Formats: sequence, structure tokens, C-alpha cells
Amino acid sequence: MASKVIHAFYDDDDVLMHAVKKVRAAKHHIEDIYCPFPVHGLDKAMGLAPTRLAITSFLYGCVGLVISIVMMNYIMIEDWPQDIGGKPTFSFIQNMPAFIPIMFELTVFFAAHLMVITFFLRSRLWPFKEAENPDVRTTDDHFLMEIEIHGNEQELKDLLLDTGAVEINITEK
Amino acid sequence: MYTFSNRLKIASFILMAVGVLGIGIGFITAPSTVEEAKAMVASHDDGHADAYDATEDITAHDSSHDEHLLHQLQNKPWAALYVAALFFMMIALGTLAFYAVQRAAQAGWSPLLFRVMEGITAYLVPGGIAVFVILVLSVAHMNHLFVWMDADVVANDKLLLNKSGYLNGPFFLIRAVIFLGGWILYREYSRKLSLAQDESNDDSNFKLNFRISAGFLVFYLISESIMSWDWIMSVDPHWFSTLFGWYIFASMFVTGITVIALVTIYLKSKGYLKDVNNSHIHDLAKFMFGMSIFWAYLWFSQFMLIWYANIPEEVTYFVTRISDYKIPFFGMLVLNFVFPLLLLMNSDFKRVNWFVVMTGIVILIGHYMNLFVAIMPATVGDQWGIGIAEIGSVLFFAGAFIFFVFRALTKAPLQPKRNPFIEESKHFHY
Repeated sequence: MASKVIHAFYDDDDVLMHAVKKVRAAKHHIEDIYCPFPVHGLDKAMGLAPTRLAITSFLYGCVGLVISIVMMNYIMIEDWPQDIGGKPTFSFIQNMPAFIPIMFELTVFFAAHLMVITFFLRSRLWPFKEAENPDVRTTDDHFLMEIEIHGNEQELKDLLLDTGAVEINITEK
Repeated sequence: MYTFSNRLKIASFILMAVGVLGIGIGFITAPSTVEEAKAMVASHDDGHADAYDATEDITAHDSSHDEHLLHQLQNKPWAALYVAALFFMMIALGTLAFYAVQRAAQAGWSPLLFRVMEGITAYLVPGGIAVFVILVLSVAHMNHLFVWMDADVVANDKLLLNKSGYLNGPFFLIRAVIFLGGWILYREYSRKLSLAQDESNDDSNFKLNFRISAGFLVFYLISESIMSWDWIMSVDPHWFSTLFGWYIFASMFVTGITVIALVTIYLKSKGYLKDVNNSHIHDLAKFMFGMSIFWAYLWFSQFMLIWYANIPEEVTYFVTRISDYKIPFFGMLVLNFVFPLLLLMNSDFKRVNWFVVMTGIVILIGHYMNLFVAIMPATVGDQWGIGIAEIGSVLFFAGAFIFFVFRALTKAPLQPKRNPFIEESKHFHY
């Protein structure tokens, strides 16, 4: 089923912010907004839920820490506890200071890389992905607000022009 | 204008009075003869006397050992006093360093807190004098805190003899005068310029304050490093560590920031500091979090390098601490690192006042332990304890700290008027 969407263009992020507030106040659902750069506070104005990426990162860090502990405890203490330069290998805790640099680095490694991969997966980004850009100008100097039309085309158009849109297109999606 | 509430003033006087009582009891109960010292240890050590017999040689119990024990027990009230005096002086000094950094960096968020910081650094004058008096009394042989001040010991110790060009009484006190003088001079001058800026028509006071703050930071870095060798590292004059100055710096910096946060939250809860919002608290909590980790990084770097190489002349420092001070030595790592790491990681928690206060109190206790573990092993050895003398000293200096800080806060409006960044600070939002 083909649905029609309205594309409203803005050329200023301040105007865009006010437009978002007006559109939200008029109870229209904003499908998406395309910006050439991050607009501070736009997510709050749109009412988007806060990201949980930091929480995943913390959990990935914990995984990295556990892996490093288990790995070194197995290799250095349990599997082959050699005397290397007089370092005590009788228990993990006795030789722990020597392991801490690795424990730290693996924690950071897991937290950073898995979080980045999570970000790519959640935002569906990969090398040969086809760009979903509705208009090339949105990567340079224009902001685009996309709203779905449910038979209220003229009303929406008036509202968006009133908020300072510089151009309005209606396209099939 | 802030008015010093009577309840807080009375509380600070009670703390000082109880503290003086505790310090007095500490000094009165310290033994004056070898026999008394032996009797004290015998009565205290009933519980774990067998541990002593197992680890110590019978032949070690000769008269020199008994005298050593006497000195350790006589040192206890002195060391307790010294640790507490140094701890609170270093809170003011750490705050002063943070204040200078904020001025030199032209931070846009912090000008609202400048008067709070200036209030805390007001303690630098009485606190610095208190530390200096203890140092003078040490040089005057009133105590045995610094073993290198004992001429007989130095005469028979080649290592100390070689260091006597640096570690000698007069030079030690001259350095102390220069450092304390420099810090106090900057504090008083910067405060004067800060107040003058409120009344002036241009920004010349502000610009001058920016320049002297940058200059002070250079002086502070050098003097703080030397201070840590003189006042803290030299209680163990046979031991040395190159990153010690940074390690002590991290400790005083994080305690200073913590106290800024605590005083700010207190003043805000009383209805002063109307323009301070939870983003300011969030920023201070971020600094507490980051600097706690920085402290842990330096603590571990110092410990791990020495543990790994295990060179006998260096490692004794940690051997004595791990064998006699296991709980405070590793406990402070939990208080100063693990606790703030887990509690202040969440961005929302950093905005919650009671969370910041709770973590702040833990950090303050942890960094008192940090200083305790730095000073005590060399001065009282295995005779340490957290008793009347230690708690009394902390209470006394805490009372004095509260009194001088909050008295200074009443002297000027809590919000700077003509600071060029004050509008930005009022609308600071993170």
C-alpha cells in the first residue's frame, strides 16, 4: 500500500526546532527528521526515548573483564603455573597486579568495540548499504521533516508553511 | 549574603572542643617510659599475642626494640594530629588548585561556585599554620615523626647522611615557609581581585586574576611535588618514588572537589545559591568520578611498578603496609576507587544530591585513610589504631574547617556580580 508523505524543508536549525514543537503541539506524528549535523536538543523536542547504548557498553565491559580474568586464571595459574622471574603463580590474587593492565585493556576493548557494533546494528549501517536520503540537500545545508499524510494534506501544508518551511514536497513512499 | 547559622557554628565549636579533649587524652595516655610502653602493649595484645611470638625472634626483644616501641607509642598522638592537620589543609589546597584551574581555563560553568571555593580556601591560612606549627615542633625534637631529624640516627646512617643536604631542619622549614607563603599569597590576592571585580567598571581585575592563576599553577605544581616529598614521603627517608607528588596531588584534588560539591549542596539546600542547578552538581560529580579513577591509576602505577620489580630497598614500603595495614591499605582502594566508580558512573545519579553526598563522604573517609597509610607505618608502625587520639584530631580539624570556611562564606555575596562568564554559568545546562 503506497502512502503519501509530506517533506518540509527548513534552512535553519532554530526554525526547525520551533517547527518541531508546533507540529508536536498540533498532534501530528513526525516520521523522521533529516539533518546535515546534530541539532542540540532535537531528540528532546521530538520526544525520542533516551539511548541505552551506554548501558550496553557497561555490560560489554563487564564481559571483557570476566573474559580476561578467566583467560589469565586458566593460562597462568591453572594450566601451566610456571615460575617466571619469581612471580607467584599459586593463586590468581597473588599475581593479580601483573594481570591488571590486560584486564583493563580488555574491558575497554570489549566495551568500546561491542558498543560500536551495537550502534551499527541498531542504526542499520554497513559498508554497502544504500543511502536512505530523501533529498541530497539534507547532507549539506537543509533540514527535512517527514510527516505521513492521512487525508489531511492541505491542513498539514498550511501548518508547515506557517512554521517557516522554505519548500514543501509531497511524495509517494 | 550568607549568614552563618548558629546551629552550625555551635556544632563546629562542639567538634573542636571534643577534638581538643580527644587530642589531650591521646597525649596524656601516651607512655613516657619504656616500662609503661611495654605494659601497654602487653595489656593490648592479649588477643593476638601468639601471632607475635610466632613471627618475631626472641632476640629482637632487646632494649633497642623496647625504645623503638616507646617512640612509636609516643608518636601516636602526634601522628594522629599530623595526619588530620595535613588532611584538612590539603582539602583547602586541592580546592585552591581546582579554583586556579577553573580561572586559568576560563571555565564557563564554574564562576557561580567561585565564592564557595574561595570560602573553602580560606581554611588554608589557619590550616597551613597548624601544619607549620607541627613541623616546627618536629624540628624542635618534640616528637619522633621524622626520623631524619634525629641527629644520632643520621650520624650512623650513611644514606641519611648523604641526604642531609636536602633533609635538614632549617632548609625543611624554609621550604615550608616558601610553599605556604606562596599558596596563601595567591589565595588572598586572587580573592581580593575577585571581590574587586564585583565593584569595578572594566575587566582588568578579572584579566589579572587569570594571569596570576596561570602563574600560580606553575608554582603549585612544583611546590606541591616538593611538599609531598618533604611532609609525607620523608617520614620514610630511606624510600623514594618519582610519581609520589602526583599521587598526593590526585588525592588532594579529589578531596577538594568533593568538599566543593558537599558545601555547594549544603548551601543550596539552605536556599542560598539559587542559580546553581543540578548540571553544576553533575559537573562536580564528574570531576569526583574522574579524579577518583586518576588517583587509583596513580596508586596502582606506584604499587605495581614496585611490586613487579620487587627491589628490596623500594619494596619494604609496601611490605610493611601490607603486613601491618592490610585493611586500611586495601580498604581505601575500595572506598576511593570501586565505590565512586560504580556509584558515579550513571549520569542520572550524578544529579541526585544525596547520591553525591553519600559518595563524597565515602571519598573523604577513603582519602583520610590514604594519608593515614602514608604517614602511620613510618611513625607508629604496627602500633596503629583508630582510637581517641585519631578521631579527636579529625573532629578538631573538622570543626576548625567548618568554622573558618563558613565564616569566610559570610564575608562576601555568594554570587559574583561582574564576572564575564557569570551569565553563561547561570544558564549552564548539561
